[in-house]
Amino acid sequence: MSARDNILGRIRKAQGRIGSEPTAAELEQVRSAIARHAVGPIPAIGRASDLVRQFEHECDRVGTTYAQAPSIEAVPAEVRRFLDANALEPRAVLWHELAGLGWNDAGVAIDDRPAAGSDRTSITTCFCAIAETGTLLLLSSPATPKATALLPETHICIASKSRLLPNMEAAFALLRAERGELPRSTWFVSGASRTADIEQTLVVGAHGPYRVHVILVP
Amino acid sequence: MFFKRTASEKLNDALLQRNMANLKSKFVDGRARAILEIEDWEEIRTHAAALRDRTLANLDAYLVEFERNAVRRGAQVHWAETAEDACRIAVEIARANGVRKVTKSKSMVSEEVNLNERLEEAGIPVVETDLGEYILQLAHEPPSHIVAPAIHKSKEQVADLFEQAHHRPRITEIPALTREAREALREHFLTADMGITGANFVIAETGTTLTVTNEGNADMVTTIPRIHCVITGVEKVIPTLEDFATLIRLLPRSAIGQTIANYLTLTTGIRGRGELDGPEQMHVILVDAGRTRFVGTDMQVMLRCIRCGACMNHCPVYQNIGGHAYGWVYPGPMGSVLTPVYVGIENAGDLPNAATFCGECQVVCPVKIPLPDLMRKLRERQFDAKQRPFGERAALNGWSFLARRPRLYAAFTRIASRMGAWMGGRDRLIHRLPGIDGWTKGRDMPAPAGKTFRELYRKRASASRPTSRGERAP
Repeated sequence: MSARDNILGRIRKAQGRIGSEPTAAELEQVRSAIARHAVGPIPAIGRASDLVRQFEHECDRVGTTYAQAPSIEAVPAEVRRFLDANALEPRAVLWHELAGLGWNDAGVAIDDRPAAGSDRTSITTCFCAIAETGTLLLLSSPATPKATALLPETHICIASKSRLLPNMEAAFALLRAERGELPRSTWFVSGASRTADIEQTLVVGAHGPYRVHVILVP
Repeated sequence: MFFKRTASEKLNDALLQRNMANLKSKFVDGRARAILEIEDWEEIRTHAAALRDRTLANLDAYLVEFERNAVRRGAQVHWAETAEDACRIAVEIARANGVRKVTKSKSMVSEEVNLNERLEEAGIPVVETDLGEYILQLAHEPPSHIVAPAIHKSKEQVADLFEQAHHRPRITEIPALTREAREALREHFLTADMGITGANFVIAETGTTLTVTNEGNADMVTTIPRIHCVITGVEKVIPTLEDFATLIRLLPRSAIGQTIANYLTLTTGIRGRGELDGPEQMHVILVDAGRTRFVGTDMQVMLRCIRCGACMNHCPVYQNIGGHAYGWVYPGPMGSVLTPVYVGIENAGDLPNAATFCGECQVVCPVKIPLPDLMRKLRERQFDAKQRPFGERAALNGWSFLARRPRLYAAFTRIASRMGAWMGGRDRLIHRLPGIDGWTKGRDMPAPAGKTFRELYRKRASASRPTSRGERAP
């Protein structure tokens, strides 16, 4: 008997079922329960009518800064403005899909490669944003390496207002509809990396970014 | 009687008492504020408790479904019946892959099975990367809280540890200490071969394992090393992504009063074709180590636990003695139920009794675990197995004898009440109770009124009997 058989067998015996393997009917029952994707109660903050307002309100609470750009083409100038305002070097590593924008004109030097430990600023997109909690949902893929969003001290994320969703349930539904399956890493970012492990005193910039800045485009 | 002795030591530890003060101001008040913004908090709790129960009722099938989907995505699933088995599997994975360094994000299951020790015995260095756990690794101490492991340490104590470990000038400002840890740990993140994480949940639908952190350290640990090893308990499985959405509304609010944790990370399988980061191997170790002892019993509901720590934050006993007094990795009310079942009630006899039964833990539990009831069940088991001291058993047997004989009980209480009133003297306070003077060592007991409740009630009832006109006398 393997450890697997023993553990499953113990559970089954304790709950009055025999053997060490769930029956086909039991598995079918579990799979159809899963397939219903039943949604639980969603609080009012997850049903906001003004999504941008709710998103920005929550960003304020988690310490994410934000700005709006009139179009994706206007993003490089907005990035430059943010970097200057925070006295940051006008240089960033970014996800490839953003490399074609007019960075030269905005005077931002870009590195079209995954971030290494020494990069200071990164620019990424996100799959969608969630108004309820001021959250960005990012997905890993060959063109969207996770390290880029994680290692630099400043993370700038471009989010589309048309993909600003009220709650996490809506984000999962969109993910299923568009991608079918979860990518290797599916991660939700709500504010900068932080810790309160010393005397329960909040400090920003534990391991990942010190700053998370969202630029909302139409 | 380990608990009793350490508990009184902790009560007399002035530094610990000062450090524990943060618990109430940050966690208790924080939670109270955070749940106010959710108008259907109770509805969400009820839904969450029900979904946990449904999953636990078919635990084997959900685990098999999780395994199937995880394997489909390239992960390897291992099953560990005991703590030793879990460590052996992790060490074998590390050895087979020539691992020279492990970075770890916080995992209570790994604390439970002593994984760090076993890896280091095998010559594999382990670096804890959660700041609290890192501090404790330097101090060679176990965590004293499941969410804020180093809550018992002051910044001065951390400064001493960092000065010794980092060979840099001693600093005591908290942001500077955090920065110093960031710099020390960044190097480890980038050079480790294997990342070990726990899992707050595993999702059957997708074969996903999931971590919740504020620091983002679990993201580092699951992105950079070439091997990712997850160690988690068999009870952590939930059916769907939607179920996670429900539970995550409860977890950070209950734990630390935060609307959401900064990083929620769902890890599904291994690095895909063309991907530039992510592990080449993913291993999931599903650990039993006592969990199935709850299954199918009147205590199965304990397995709903989502490890938020609210029960300990709100426990008047925990608030005063901290986590170390409980003697094992899970402190507070949840530990007082888990520990006796995991390690055997004969090894944790005081824990189910380490409660005032104020009921606060049940009130704040996000998945509505009736913790006081479970502790009471454990007390009953101890009593039946004659594991409590003779005096306590004799007293309870005596009370039980009386309580089942109403007339005798009435007579006894009549005498006791009069005796108590007499003992109270003029100031109506009893300063010393013979035989159980522990009760009166630090406080006086108010003396009874001299008449029992029944006597007073009977008197009142006869005085207010309806008059002939059907009216009540005043």
